[in-house]
Amino acid sequence: MRIAARGLCASLKAREVLSDVDVGAEAGEITAIIGPNGAGKTTLLKVLAGLIAPHAGTASLAGRPMAEWRPQALARALAYLPQERTVHWALTARAVVALGRLPHQPMGAGESAADMRAIDAALAAMDVAHLAARPVLDMSGGERARVLVARALAQEPRALLADEPAAGLDPAHQLALFRHFTVLAAEGRTVMVALHDLSLAARFCHRIVLMHAGRAVAAGTPADVLTVEHLARVYGIKAHYAVLDGVPVVVPLDLLPGVLP
Amino acid sequence: MTAAAARRDIAPAGLLVALGAAACAAFLLSLAVGPSGFGFHVAGDAGALILREIRLPRAILGALVGGALGLSGAALQGYLRNPLAEPSIVGVSGGSALGAVLAIHLGLSGVFAFALPAGGLAGAAVAMLLVMALAGSHGGPVTLILAGLAVSSFATALISLALNLSQNPFATVEMVFWLMGSLADRSLTQVWLAAPLMVAGMALLLLVGRALDALTLGEDAARSLGLDLKRTRLTVVAGTALSVGAATAVTGIIGFVGLIVPHALRPLVGHRPGLLLPASLLGGATMLLVADVALRVVQPWVDLRIGVLTALLGAPFFVWLVLKTRAELAP
Repeated sequence: MRIAARGLCASLKAREVLSDVDVGAEAGEITAIIGPNGAGKTTLLKVLAGLIAPHAGTASLAGRPMAEWRPQALARALAYLPQERTVHWALTARAVVALGRLPHQPMGAGESAADMRAIDAALAAMDVAHLAARPVLDMSGGERARVLVARALAQEPRALLADEPAAGLDPAHQLALFRHFTVLAAEGRTVMVALHDLSLAARFCHRIVLMHAGRAVAAGTPADVLTVEHLARVYGIKAHYAVLDGVPVVVPLDLLPGVLP
Repeated sequence: MTAAAARRDIAPAGLLVALGAAACAAFLLSLAVGPSGFGFHVAGDAGALILREIRLPRAILGALVGGALGLSGAALQGYLRNPLAEPSIVGVSGGSALGAVLAIHLGLSGVFAFALPAGGLAGAAVAMLLVMALAGSHGGPVTLILAGLAVSSFATALISLALNLSQNPFATVEMVFWLMGSLADRSLTQVWLAAPLMVAGMALLLLVGRALDALTLGEDAARSLGLDLKRTRLTVVAGTALSVGAATAVTGIIGFVGLIVPHALRPLVGHRPGLLLPASLLGGATMLLVADVALRVVQPWVDLRIGVLTALLGAPFFVWLVLKTRAELAP
């Protein structure tokens, strides 16, 4: 399902956070949203997930404006993984992942065979099947983060919007996470992630949108977007782009003078 | 995996059946125990009358009021995502108490018998409307707590004023006793007045289970799972106002049931807020019925009111809960 937005403007508490943003994410691709803290990545994802109404412009999923989607149907098509990883009660990992099946269950119905399959597959994909019976509040931050990704996967969405899903994961699980996103994209799903790790963006994402101060300042393939000039202008860093064993890596080398105190 | 999954499905059903059986047993016990003897066949001409006019209304009220308090406690804790929440937090109990106290103070309750519960219901309704207006339609849990606190404080102040200004010592005693909460000496007519409202309120509260489960992940995640949080909030507030408002209107203030019951049952339902709703309904009914039977057993020696008993049990429990929460939140 294609995600598209034109001329998005959105405000939080009377402060304009997005100004005139155009973005698109294609089915079968991973699209990264990168940019410094406060650039508007989270707000953009929330608008695209239908959680915040823009005050100008339109966001649409599969050609239908977000406002026209019925909440239940939208929840079956699109999963949103918030950056915030609070879990309020001591549910087991399996019970948390099972929440992803709510949009697929009629009121009062228990877990169907399809629900159980989706839950088990999601637990296995995020390597948390062995933690299924453990309360999430007793887990480490990274383990809990994986359980929450598994919740979004269990939703079996056509489009997945994940806000910094790799933050707090060890390198092995970061790679496993993006390998799984690659599989999802190969199945024809739309994957959109907000990211800080430029190497992950360069390596796994088909398209990158670079945000700066509420605007999308560049969009295109990793090679188009992750240029020395862009990184200098937006992040204020001197970065090195290299290819090691066929894998692109972006290494921040130094702060440019006058950027941070 | 399939066997394990099946076990998970049976466990909650088994728990609900067990709690249901406990509630039924407590109901029968409540019918059987009283000063005129144990059993369902009380001797003498008055026997059938005692069973029908004294014990039956008391048992029905105990079950309904206990269920309403337990269920609304579980619903509020789930919605506010706070284990210290209680029905009185949304201001409904305070409003109901104020309405009833005013009915006594103005002498209406002496003129016609229904003035007291009707005053309680009206007070609960006004308190609910005030809380909703104050909290606004877009606010989250915190604004609801603050609005509830503001309305209850105002109700408490006005109750004190009514007691302060009361010229009639009998009315004062009546008000004070009413504030303590009791299941005793309520007529079947009073039960039939409040029962439909309590049942309607409880039915509303049982509808929000899915939303409360989803809210475990926070508001954004719950909305992205397709839930309408505005409707959830309206349902929780209206359900609490109807069930607790009607309960308080007939029995007076019975505190802490809505705090203790969900807390005690939470580990048994795997901390799932949705499943906690029916469990707390049955658990609350059981707790209040058993507490009321215990009062009748000790009655020859001390004439305790049930609101006093639940407060005596509940306040230390609350302190323990605060200490436990403090330990969990400690760095």
